[in-house]
Amino acid sequence: MIDNPKTGMTLIVKTVTRLTVGLILLFGIYIILHGHLSPGGGFAGGVIVALSFVHLMLAFGKDVAVAKISRNLATNLESIGAMMFLLVAVMGFLGGSFFLNILAKGKPFDLFSSGAIILSNISIGIKVGVGLFAIFLALVILEKTKKE
Amino acid sequence: MELHILLIFMIFAAIVAIEAKDLLSSVIAVGAVGFALCLAFLILKAPDLAITQLVVEVLCLIILIRATINRDLPLVIEGRWIFNTISTLVFIAVFLFFSWLALKELPSFGQPLMTVVKKYLAEGTTKTGAVNIVTAVILDFRAYDTLGEATVLFTAVIGIMAVLRRPGRKKIER
Repeated sequence: MIDNPKTGMTLIVKTVTRLTVGLILLFGIYIILHGHLSPGGGFAGGVIVALSFVHLMLAFGKDVAVAKISRNLATNLESIGAMMFLLVAVMGFLGGSFFLNILAKGKPFDLFSSGAIILSNISIGIKVGVGLFAIFLALVILEKTKKE
Repeated sequence: MELHILLIFMIFAAIVAIEAKDLLSSVIAVGAVGFALCLAFLILKAPDLAITQLVVEVLCLIILIRATINRDLPLVIEGRWIFNTISTLVFIAVFLFFSWLALKELPSFGQPLMTVVKKYLAEGTTKTGAVNIVTAVILDFRAYDTLGEATVLFTAVIGIMAVLRRPGRKKIER
């Protein structure tokens, strides 16, 4: 499916995409996980993750990207991300109030510091990344069905 | 100085986006406005916003180009131009009057009122454990705002999936 010359762009684009798409995905995950240490955070990292899948879809065609994340999986993951963020919020009630940061804070400048903030970043990252990819997927599928 | 050059460039690109005859050129001009805004955020020392603006701009540009590249809608300019011009001028006058009233009350550019922010800057790292003060504010002190923002995005995705679904089986059979 990947080496099918009929779908997607030229061989040059496909080769470059194969080399770079993993690095882009990794950079998005890095931005999400280091949201409390460096600029960026859940939203920006999530958009970069979505862009890596969009990159895959533009270069190889629709089928390769859908094989990685189908439309149902995308919508389910988006709901799970939203519920996770709400769960982090409700978890604050254990300590007294909404959105209270009750987990251990840890040392500053550590990767696992800042308690619930890193959990919020991860859930927002999942939600935004998968949600934006689902929007792009819906637009592409609509154009395909219109042409047929 | 660089900020003023960027602002003038953004205004120029926005005018080009309105006046360009074909749709693809105006989409690219809108993209130029977005990237200039990203540079302006960097000059104003807001790297968080600059990163977000950059990646969102790239995604929007891809989606807009995909949406507009196949169809070129002609612009309709005819009829009732006297009424349109007069109403536009009236609304511009009303807008300028009220914005003059509102802008008089604002603190001048570059000298913000540091009342609540002082507390956040002093206690941000010790209270939340996050070194990045922007994340400390948006995910701890003002996390309720972020929850609302996440809800807006969730609703937008649901709406798009509902509007852009495949045609139903009955419609295909017809």
